[in-house]
Amino acid sequence: MIRRSLLKLANPQLLALVGVLLINWLLFPNFFRVTWQDGRFFGSLIDVLNRGAPVAILAVGMVGVIATKGVDLSVGAVMAVAGAVAATMVVAGYPAPIAVVAALVVGLLCGLWNGILVAILDIQPIIATLVLMVAGRGIAQLITEGFIVTFNDPLLIYIGTGSFFGFPMAAVIALVLTIIVTLIVRRTAIGLFIEAVGVNRAAASLAGIRSRMLLLVVYSLSGLCAAIAGIIVAGDIRGADANNAGLWLELDAILAVVIGGTSLLGGRFSVPLAVVGALIIQAMNTGILVSGFPPEFNLIVKAGLIFIVLVIQSPLASRLAPPRLVPAAKGTAK
Amino acid sequence: MNRSLRPLVATALIFAIAYALAVMQFPSMFSTRVLGNFLTDNAFLGIAAVGMTFVILSGGIDLSVGAVIGFTGVLVAVLITWVGLHPVLAFAIAIIVAGGFGATMGLAIHYLQVPAFIVTLAGMFLARGGASVITRDSVPINHEFYDWISDLTIRLPGGGRLSFIGLTMVAIFIIGALIAHRTKFGSYVYALGGNPVSASLMGVPVARTTVAIYTLSSVLAAISGIVFSLYTSAGYPLAAVGVELDAISAVVIGGTLLTGGYGFVLGTFIGVMLLGLVQTYIIFDGTLSSWWTKIVIGILLFLFIVLQRLIFVASAPGEKAQKA
Repeated sequence: MIRRSLLKLANPQLLALVGVLLINWLLFPNFFRVTWQDGRFFGSLIDVLNRGAPVAILAVGMVGVIATKGVDLSVGAVMAVAGAVAATMVVAGYPAPIAVVAALVVGLLCGLWNGILVAILDIQPIIATLVLMVAGRGIAQLITEGFIVTFNDPLLIYIGTGSFFGFPMAAVIALVLTIIVTLIVRRTAIGLFIEAVGVNRAAASLAGIRSRMLLLVVYSLSGLCAAIAGIIVAGDIRGADANNAGLWLELDAILAVVIGGTSLLGGRFSVPLAVVGALIIQAMNTGILVSGFPPEFNLIVKAGLIFIVLVIQSPLASRLAPPRLVPAAKGTAK
Repeated sequence: MNRSLRPLVATALIFAIAYALAVMQFPSMFSTRVLGNFLTDNAFLGIAAVGMTFVILSGGIDLSVGAVIGFTGVLVAVLITWVGLHPVLAFAIAIIVAGGFGATMGLAIHYLQVPAFIVTLAGMFLARGGASVITRDSVPINHEFYDWISDLTIRLPGGGRLSFIGLTMVAIFIIGALIAHRTKFGSYVYALGGNPVSASLMGVPVARTTVAIYTLSSVLAAISGIVFSLYTSAGYPLAAVGVELDAISAVVIGGTLLTGGYGFVLGTFIGVMLLGLVQTYIIFDGTLSSWWTKIVIGILLFLFIVLQRLIFVASAPGEKAQKA
């Protein structure tokens, strides 16, 4: 039953991804050409995987948050903080694994802070996470003392730009994370609990779900994912840029989740489809770049995409749609 | 005391204390020159924050404000410098374009029944992208009308001056306060923020009010963009990035409840001044880096959110008792 409804949801997003890739291929005939060079794959398609990985990782964390009817605006700033922590510690002489773990812990704590504001103080998620979004970049700059901290540590650079059996490390990390999180939410009851809290938190609590604990976990996971993405981005440019690392990526992550069919009103979510959403966004970015359009078109195309998704998701569309679709739409929404 | 007044009083007290402390450290901060610059430097933020106050009072949010400011700046600069229109005509066109833009967002929010933040997020992408497509460079504005306006200042005793754009902000705050607290539309906004369902049952025209709120916010953002172009004498597509966050912060620090329904336009004014004070203090100090601004704003934001929460929780039982 769940599998069937998943398949039903999967089609539009995967079709859209294939469509975007085909348009890219029409605009740029070499789009699908993948070559093997220096022990790794090269090509525009690989580039989509590699560049899309940070947003995909953010989207994995964001899915859970949005499924509980929340939103996490701070992920971009948390990326900057985590990158700053990792870079500064490596430069200060700590071994790279410790720096990575420290950055992950900092990300987890940032997420936990958001979770406490939302779950315990009962603050609206958009505002609770706004605090860290505004202050986070300041904190990151405090850590790096206003400089772009550059490093030459092999492990951090490997996380950002290395290859694993020829595939970009960033994409491999994103894939592993997606599989782990998907298994956790779909092979245990946690996913169901998240949906219950998203539909009606009060009712879920009365039904015995520890909704506070669940929210803390969900926001912590989002912080952790942001930290992973932050380390990848820092490793990619071999430095921590407190001002620009992850700038506006929270918006891309939210967009990826929404494209992936997760309802902004809570209660319906899919981790793999959010990752597909991130790939759709990146495929469009890459397509606009390789076909020679100015990158500014990106923003307009994204705006159009949000609008299309909103129209499809809206109650208006299900009223206008053929009657046989209406019960299905209602069934998945509730 | 009326409980919805409490956050306002708290903000005013914090501003007075913070300003007094700053003046004790740097006596020269207590001068008409600094106060005049407070108004001039924060004029565009203040005007945008008035629109944001209405949006947040109605329980919504508008993330497109900064992008609309940037877009308006570019549009005005292009119309004046490239097309050769008179600035007043360019201003009128920019305000009409922004009004249509805001109305479209309001229609989408109401009829598609989607959260305001995602619609205005799309609006932000569209406006920022549109501005960047028109031009990627800064377009300078050299027009005698601009020189004339920047010469329009009122000199104050002590070397300070009230600029035209500073006074525009004050005027818009006064008009905004009158609209919010003295008109039918204002009460509709409060009703919508309190509870949209009961507002609609009481006969509030929800669709019309929602469209009007977002139109107002975009029009004020456009005026803010015009003021910004007067301030910088140029239009730049990446101008005013993140101003929506400053505006939201100013509204929240000014005591408006984020769930909607409670708040004052005057509080937003104090919130804007408090943000201006933080920036001015950091400039006066000289040793603190500008990133402290962000951290201090974040801390203030947190304090006020928690404060609101505590007031709300503390007074909730009383409200229930009244209902019963």
